[in-house]
Amino acid sequence: MKKPQTGQPMDRVDGRLKVTGGAKYFADHQPADMQFAALVCSTISCGAIASISTTKALRAPGVADVVSHLNAPPVPGYKKTNPGDKNGLQIFRDNRIYSNGQPVAIVVANTMERAVYAASLVEVQYNQETHYTNMEAGMDKAFQNNRMKDYSRGEINAWQKAPVTHSAQYTIPLEVHNPMELAGIIAHWTSPDTLTLYAKTQGVKSVQETIQELFEIPEQNITVHSRFVGGAFGMALRVWPLEIATILAAKKIRKPVKLVITREQMFTLVGYRPNSSQKISMGATADGKLTGITHEAVAITSPYEDFTEGIVAMTKFMYDCPNVNTRYQLVPLNMSTPIWMRGPGEATGSFALESAIDELSYKLKIDPLQLRILNHADTDPERNLPFSSKYLKEAYQIGAEKIGWSSRNPAPRSMQENGMLVGYGMSSGTFGAYRGKATVSAILKSDGTLTLQSAAADIGPGTATAMVQIAADVTGISPDKITFMLGESTFPYAPEQGGSATVSTVGSAVSDVCHALLKELANLAISQVPAFKQTTPELIIYEDGQLITADRQTKITHEALLQQQKLPEVKVTATSQGGEERKKYSMYSFSVHFAKVHVHPATGVVRIQHIVSVADAGAIVNTKTARSQMIGGVVGGIGMALTEEAILDHRFGRFVNNNYADYHVPVNADTPPTDVYFVNKKDPYINPMGSKGLGEIALIGFAAAVSNAVFHATGIRVRDLPITPDKLLHIVSTENATA
Amino acid sequence: MNPFSYVRPNSLKAAIDAMARDHSARFIAGGTNLLDLMKNGVTLPEKLIDINQLPLREIRQDGNTLHIGALVLNSDLAAHELVKTQHPLLSEALLAGASQQLRNMATVGGNMMQRTRCTYFYDTSMPCNKRQPNSGCGAIGGINRMHAIFGASDNCIAVHPSDMCVALAALDATVLVAGPKGERRIPFTDFHRLPGNTPQLDNNLAKNELITAVEIPPHPFTKHICYLKVRDRASYAFALVSVAVAMDISDNVIRNIRIAMGGVAHKPWRLPDAEKALTGKAPTSDNFRLAATIATQGAKTYAHNGFKKDLAFNSIQTALLKAATA
Repeated sequence: MKKPQTGQPMDRVDGRLKVTGGAKYFADHQPADMQFAALVCSTISCGAIASISTTKALRAPGVADVVSHLNAPPVPGYKKTNPGDKNGLQIFRDNRIYSNGQPVAIVVANTMERAVYAASLVEVQYNQETHYTNMEAGMDKAFQNNRMKDYSRGEINAWQKAPVTHSAQYTIPLEVHNPMELAGIIAHWTSPDTLTLYAKTQGVKSVQETIQELFEIPEQNITVHSRFVGGAFGMALRVWPLEIATILAAKKIRKPVKLVITREQMFTLVGYRPNSSQKISMGATADGKLTGITHEAVAITSPYEDFTEGIVAMTKFMYDCPNVNTRYQLVPLNMSTPIWMRGPGEATGSFALESAIDELSYKLKIDPLQLRILNHADTDPERNLPFSSKYLKEAYQIGAEKIGWSSRNPAPRSMQENGMLVGYGMSSGTFGAYRGKATVSAILKSDGTLTLQSAAADIGPGTATAMVQIAADVTGISPDKITFMLGESTFPYAPEQGGSATVSTVGSAVSDVCHALLKELANLAISQVPAFKQTTPELIIYEDGQLITADRQTKITHEALLQQQKLPEVKVTATSQGGEERKKYSMYSFSVHFAKVHVHPATGVVRIQHIVSVADAGAIVNTKTARSQMIGGVVGGIGMALTEEAILDHRFGRFVNNNYADYHVPVNADTPPTDVYFVNKKDPYINPMGSKGLGEIALIGFAAAVSNAVFHATGIRVRDLPITPDKLLHIVSTENATA
Repeated sequence: MNPFSYVRPNSLKAAIDAMARDHSARFIAGGTNLLDLMKNGVTLPEKLIDINQLPLREIRQDGNTLHIGALVLNSDLAAHELVKTQHPLLSEALLAGASQQLRNMATVGGNMMQRTRCTYFYDTSMPCNKRQPNSGCGAIGGINRMHAIFGASDNCIAVHPSDMCVALAALDATVLVAGPKGERRIPFTDFHRLPGNTPQLDNNLAKNELITAVEIPPHPFTKHICYLKVRDRASYAFALVSVAVAMDISDNVIRNIRIAMGGVAHKPWRLPDAEKALTGKAPTSDNFRLAATIATQGAKTYAHNGFKKDLAFNSIQTALLKAATA
């Protein structure tokens, strides 16, 4: 038996293209006669456009048009709703302004520079109304969306009766995805009802679907290309108003139009992690058995959409606790709509839950790791189902050993190194292990190469590489003869790349289609090749691009089989999705994060020294790309813990740090050695590969590990992210400055 | 960005003449700040005078004085042997600033001329007296975590963002400038201004003058130096507070000392009273604490930058201790 390809650290199949500039991202495409666009965005946060003066802009060199609600082509899909319904921002439908930075016009010119300049000449007058951007001040408007109702099991607020209790408020500021690649689109109407789009998206099919609904043209008339994406982290999980604005501009001027937005506009046009406030209360017996948890969360949303995510999800099943109740409310503000940002709600919720567990452990005088193990949920207490697989305890053990957990002095502010306060902290994370529905086509050519096609996406994890490995194992075809093509709406359906589900969803379809292909080849051989006449598909051995009889006496290569029959190719398509197993088992991935930090006792500066992250994500398809994905998530977690915060001036409703210099994503110097370990045990039920998701758990829980480590180092509990020096300074002793 | 014309004179005189003819013009060298300002619509020059052809790239020893041409790149200056051996404080400060990529483009003169990073200055839809006199200060009633605690006025609480300039202020450098009336010398500590009633003026350079060089006089500060920069992320972040310390210690007595701070004022902030208090004293924690107390007296804080006074107090002591034990 050959060594399987899955589980190997195979190099990325598109790595060379990416590092040599050969990969074409959306903005690299250049349809003939393409024009360039720039947005004019609102400088008020609530009100209406009184007038738009375009005289100067239209006179500027190279300008083709200025498109706004005054002259935009109609969007037929808007008619299905009434203005003011919560149906999202219907760009250029009317003169209403809901948030600062909302696009009010799009300027098109024959160069980007000219478009940008002309946009600065558009004069907009507003009738300003009172705006609300401050969540704390808007708590009286908090409401509950039907998707996220109150949850309870056992007794409500049972924590109050426990002998040992902890209750505290945790806040997380608004965070922005800020991938390196800016958002935008190229829109090209090749006929009045035929549209080609080069998009930055996590799902070409969902773009196609949205455009079809809005413009009421046949699905097959909409072609969406998105083969490479320069990072997204969730911000490209939907079609945004900026893309509709570009499509409208292209329709109006009847030429292809490209828009790439600015870094500043990334803060207001493509979603964000909503700022939130969470109260966690928990109670335990004196020996550390949890008796009750109450989790109440509030987060912001826009005036025109209710954005919800899994903020309170983890609390419901993470620990074996008989009494749990949760509440999740939204506060609508004059802000654009949030969107899932890596780890999404679970990353938010885990900061509160995993900080609170740590706080409780000190009250109980029980090691925080021991407290978690003591309350480990062997079965899912929310759904009363067994887990399909759960190796969290192994993950705890690996992480503790690798970071040296047992050698820490558990007392806060007890450890020092070179004048720095030293702290160790840990946390856990979890996220649903999903499996959606996807279709893949497999085309085996008579030269022996296999091409797989599916409308999947790759925002960075290495989708195609993993798919090639899965296909190689099923078919016995060498990986260098297999190509996985994605990012085209003409390919068979795949969902968006989101929720850590691509390997599970698309990988299963790859596995299925490859099995179907082998069956097709077997039947071909059985019916046409004499030596195979007496066998069945199940008995045939598939190795090295050959069909081999069970007695190993006869072999035929795929090439020979197809050439013999004068077939240029064999094409098979298969659709795959999860079944009954999803009703019998609770399916989750788990992660464990350990961090060692240094805190400067005089300045309050936190520097992470060492990170150990362990994932229970089932069988790992590619240990190299999976490790990279874990490190990427951890870096996101470092930002969440220590540096990231988009700050609004509520007087204006405008961001004051909307650029890469002032909105601090971690740089290399913030990123210490990160050791990644995988439990790497197959989940027996989830999918043919036994692989659970990885992308979210890489980040989920991480911020709490850092915050817990900072507490251990300093004795100061920071419940308000990010942990910047000023938050430690006022409690750090000013008596004992040290070098 | 607005349309502009572009000239590239190859003599100092031609550069100054070009400026004299067009008052909306701007000199450009590395452009690491000016291009941002132009893209944001903060500065709208109709002409850019590219001075990169001018012979101002030399670092040389003039007797005991180090002469640094205005076009010397920040990265070259930080790595120069004479700077590393004679003025290590300057090298440290330079390396604490910006990112490697920016230091590879930014010049000495441009570093001095960079504008504040105050967000209200950069956002043309918010008020700012520095950008538009008499429009109000957005920061005073707004978000002011990064803002000044010393020398601010009711018109402006912006800070100067440079690290290099903090070291040059500590080292008593001199700025050489050329203008239509010839050359003149400005003590470095007099180069930048406090905001007062004219926050639109960052420095005392006349409109058509050009920085040609910076000179650093000889001094004994080669061992006991420290540039401490406290910031929100480990690199590529402006200082919350920075402290430059250079001292000369013999027989356990501080013979000579310079202290300057960044991130706290509209200009690099020298601490003459703290220097005086430590001169002739032993380098002890108690004396450093006293100096830090003196240095932070008179700090005025706003809604979000109250921590800066404590941070300055702690950071001064930390930097002094580090320098003394270096």
